[in-house]
Amino acid sequence: MALDYTELQEKLTAKFGEEVKGFTDEYGMLAFEITRDKNVEAIQFLRDELGFNFLTTIFTIHYPDNNIERQFAVVYQMHNWVENVRVRFKIFVNGENPEADTATGLFPCANWMERESYDFYGIIFTGHPDLKRILNMDEMVSFPMRKEFPLEDGSRTDKDDRYFGRIPQNTNAN
Amino acid sequence: MSNILAPLTIEEKYADMIRQRENEDGSELSILNLGPTHPATHGIFQNVLLMDGERIVDAEPTIGYIHRAFEKIAENRPFYQINVLTDRMNYCSSPINNFGWWMTVEKLLNVEVPKRAQYLRVILMELARISDHLICNSILAVDTGAFTGFLYVMQYRERIYEIYEELCGARLTTNMGRIGGLERDLSDTGFRKLRAFMKDFPPAFKEFEALVSRNRIFIDRCVDVGGITAEKAIAYGFTGPNLRAAGVDYDVRIATPYSSYQDFQFDIPVGKTGDTYDRYCVRNEEIWQSMSIIQQALDKLPEGPYHADVPDYYLPPKIDVYNNMEALIYHFKIVMGEVPVPKGEVYNCVEGGNGELGFYLVSDGSRVPYRLHFRRPCFIYYQAYTDMIKGGLLSDAIVILSSLNVIAGELDA
Repeated sequence: MALDYTELQEKLTAKFGEEVKGFTDEYGMLAFEITRDKNVEAIQFLRDELGFNFLTTIFTIHYPDNNIERQFAVVYQMHNWVENVRVRFKIFVNGENPEADTATGLFPCANWMERESYDFYGIIFTGHPDLKRILNMDEMVSFPMRKEFPLEDGSRTDKDDRYFGRIPQNTNAN
Repeated sequence: MSNILAPLTIEEKYADMIRQRENEDGSELSILNLGPTHPATHGIFQNVLLMDGERIVDAEPTIGYIHRAFEKIAENRPFYQINVLTDRMNYCSSPINNFGWWMTVEKLLNVEVPKRAQYLRVILMELARISDHLICNSILAVDTGAFTGFLYVMQYRERIYEIYEELCGARLTTNMGRIGGLERDLSDTGFRKLRAFMKDFPPAFKEFEALVSRNRIFIDRCVDVGGITAEKAIAYGFTGPNLRAAGVDYDVRIATPYSSYQDFQFDIPVGKTGDTYDRYCVRNEEIWQSMSIIQQALDKLPEGPYHADVPDYYLPPKIDVYNNMEALIYHFKIVMGEVPVPKGEVYNCVEGGNGELGFYLVSDGSRVPYRLHFRRPCFIYYQAYTDMIKGGLLSDAIVILSSLNVIAGELDA
């Protein structure tokens, strides 16, 4: 492999210095973390300088137990087709006011992926041309993939959890 | 929770454009609602089109009509119960989704799958690819007015489903496989059916190709319709046959071989212009390549176990579960997810019917995934649809949608 992970790490560190950290090789893929406002720059650097020509996916993970500055992780995954190397990186965004820069200027395919992240987690991608809900209905007010929302509506009366061997509302009652 | 944006509705946006055009040159535009339940869209897709006569000026797709929140459900289900979610994504080729999911779990748990199971998985995945492409291409012919070809090949999809039945008992939503292999070896009847399919299918498919591929009407409807350049296709996140039709030979089976794909010899067909006809041809050729892979796998099929020896994750045999207390306890523990799971984040992808189908699994060591993200190829490339139909005719939009093979279940997950 012409482009190995040590070399990639060195190049990224040379470019971004302290802003990039936490390099790990997770199940065969290089993963790292970068500060929130460097995401677009990192995508551009990876695309133009290191040949990562394909944006595989963007999605969000919610960590409600982290401190407020690091409650959402937006994950970008890119693929270099020539060298056949994959890489992914995370940016952590604020839990109260989740904002990140949009990558739609670099990859048009980021459009819907970012809309999906907005729809389910409420991440505001600044500069996005058409940031609105995509899979859920427009009238919805919550961001349903956040961890504080249970899978099932707790106020349902037609389904008694006790008959399914579950404790109602995940409390310790009963 | 507050900052919800209030965008203009599509109708409001288009009403402005219509008024503007009226003032500019006096031409009249109109709004046409294509879908959500239109027979030619085969699936629940809505497109609000702004039309200038027969030509499409602008389009706005609305998706999410069969959104079932699989990613949320998956955060509350142990691994064995997530498998049934995956085959409801691309329901035309559910075994690929199933095995893609099992391979992700196996990667996380570090389970080595025996060769025989890998080969059998390859056979089933290629059968699934054939049935997926068959649907796409024969329905494309139907959309251009050729109903007969569809009838010629549809019975072979039925034959493929019968082979699935021999292995797992189900047909469409297969829920196939286990962690570490398969639930049972393919039976003798299964192999007999598979061999009969291998013998009977090529002549019928040749007949289909002879009927459709060089048909004058079909060519007129498809050539130079919905073309996309390679650069644009990559920028829009195309993968799979649609990308290869644009001339890029990216295939996950070659780039990151899984399940012993490196043992087989096969070609990656590519197109040139990325138009509807190229997509059709690429899919046709992929069916032939899949047939060749299945033949190779059958010829080289090794003897041996059909599942890995991982009693922690692999369900015990049913006969023991009914007669043996310990096996019953194991069965219960595995189904309910009370098994040792390492922490980690793992991405695994397979070449699905429509492209790179990825599973991103974040495990925190508990019985359910902390986060499971599906990289659904349809969802990513469908956003190019607006671009592809703009300026074209309405009838072309139908053909393009059909040839992109957008599956509603995968689009909306």
